[in-house]
Amino acid sequence: MRIVCPYCGDRDTEEFIFRGEALGRHPGLNSDEYAMFEHVYHRTNLSGKTSEHWYHVQGCRNWILVERDTLTHTIYSARLAKDGES
Amino acid sequence: MGRRGESFMRYSIFSLARNAISGHHRWPRQWPDATPREAYSIIIIGGGGHGLATAYYLASRHRISNIAVLEKGWIGSGSAGRNTTIIRSNYGLHENEAFYEFSMKLWEGLEQDLNYNVMVSQRGILNLYHSDGQRDAYVRRGNTMVMHGAGAELLDREQTRRIAPFLNFENARFPIMGGLLHRRGGTARHDAVVWGYARAAAALGVNIIQNCTVTGFQRDSQGAVVGVETTRGPIRSEKVGMCVAGHTSQVGSMVGLKLPIESHVIQAFVTEGLKPVIPNVITFGAGHFYISQSDKGGLVFGGDLDGYKSYAQRGNMPVVEDVCEGGMALMPMIGRARILRSWGGIIDMSMDGSPIIDRTPIDGLYLNGAWNYGGFKATPASGYCFAYLLANDTPHETAAALRFDRFREGRLIDEKGVGPQPNLH
Repeated sequence: MRIVCPYCGDRDTEEFIFRGEALGRHPGLNSDEYAMFEHVYHRTNLSGKTSEHWYHVQGCRNWILVERDTLTHTIYSARLAKDGES
Repeated sequence: MGRRGESFMRYSIFSLARNAISGHHRWPRQWPDATPREAYSIIIIGGGGHGLATAYYLASRHRISNIAVLEKGWIGSGSAGRNTTIIRSNYGLHENEAFYEFSMKLWEGLEQDLNYNVMVSQRGILNLYHSDGQRDAYVRRGNTMVMHGAGAELLDREQTRRIAPFLNFENARFPIMGGLLHRRGGTARHDAVVWGYARAAAALGVNIIQNCTVTGFQRDSQGAVVGVETTRGPIRSEKVGMCVAGHTSQVGSMVGLKLPIESHVIQAFVTEGLKPVIPNVITFGAGHFYISQSDKGGLVFGGDLDGYKSYAQRGNMPVVEDVCEGGMALMPMIGRARILRSWGGIIDMSMDGSPIIDRTPIDGLYLNGAWNYGGFKATPASGYCFAYLLANDTPHETAAALRFDRFREGRLIDEKGVGPQPNLH
């Protein structure tokens, strides 16, 4: 698999660390216990097109928001996570 | 034990002799391919090792035989047919070690229990250590194993060399300092485990229904699960048990279950058949590589996860390279063997790296999954404990810690201590 990093260009996924589903921000320290539990432990774990966070550790060290199909390994898009979710 | 089923023949030296005389043309089918009835007491989703073992122990230990095992393909076609067939009880945490030692004891009596040759071979597992710190960690793990009756021996470098002289003892960066030997560990024949449980369960009246995909659940007015929708029509049932590890999230999503699971792909490899060369199971402590030799002679080996979520049942080249590098570093002779084939299997990786056998928040629905790297070796204990849960609605004492609430209550069973990051377990 190859990811087109918005900063570095077309790179092998070996340069990246897979973090997991793009969960968004955690619910905050003042949130109730259940919301924090859900954020830390529960995953949708879809088969098909998903949004994920990859970290370009051997490149620009940006967090990348990648749209990828977990059934076919097709990568649809990659953009900087700091630019926000769509 | 009472045996029903019209075509059941008990295997023995006499049945072998009788069939040898008739040219082996008169062996009966091992189990009948059932068609679904309208209703059962219990439905098991998933005809792999765990599902069939669950059905067998429900029928043999709890006298509940009005059971259907629903399998979307053919039995044993999922992870039961894709693992590397290793059985062991060498975990470091109490909750895991108690469970896997229970499983090892069941493996040791399984062939007599099932009247089936599942080819359990207790050839020993040798975990190599390469540093003082790693030796200390293995001493701790070995002590846990000894306390649970599994047995463990700490070997030094020369004792290790006597068992496996072909290892590279000259590796300057990762010197082999010794190993932790688990003599009761070894391998079993994965297909035979599936067939043995299927035959023994069917003989007790269990319906094994292949090519039957579950597409949804039937719910009553209170929301309880009271049956399933399948590609072969609706089937009612008082209880439904899921044994679909690898795809637990997908089946769970049909009833909106939120689960602490990610599905990952792990690859395995086998070489051409060779004469006996590797006497036991050997794991490399400085990289991701483990190896054994099958009874057909192929070297069966594997390594780490690919690291990203996948349902594809195939992996990518970087892990192929990583595993083969580990093999070359450990035993350079492996470079002369040609790889016959490689494949990928999907495993549920849970948030603490340990399995779940529990009731779900939905009445009538029970879950067995999140087997991480431990699915095959867990097969007998998994089936035994899940059958106990389905029959009694309370967890078996050996699996009492393997429940959903451990995540919320912070009682994680995190063997590697890496936290809720499934691809690191």
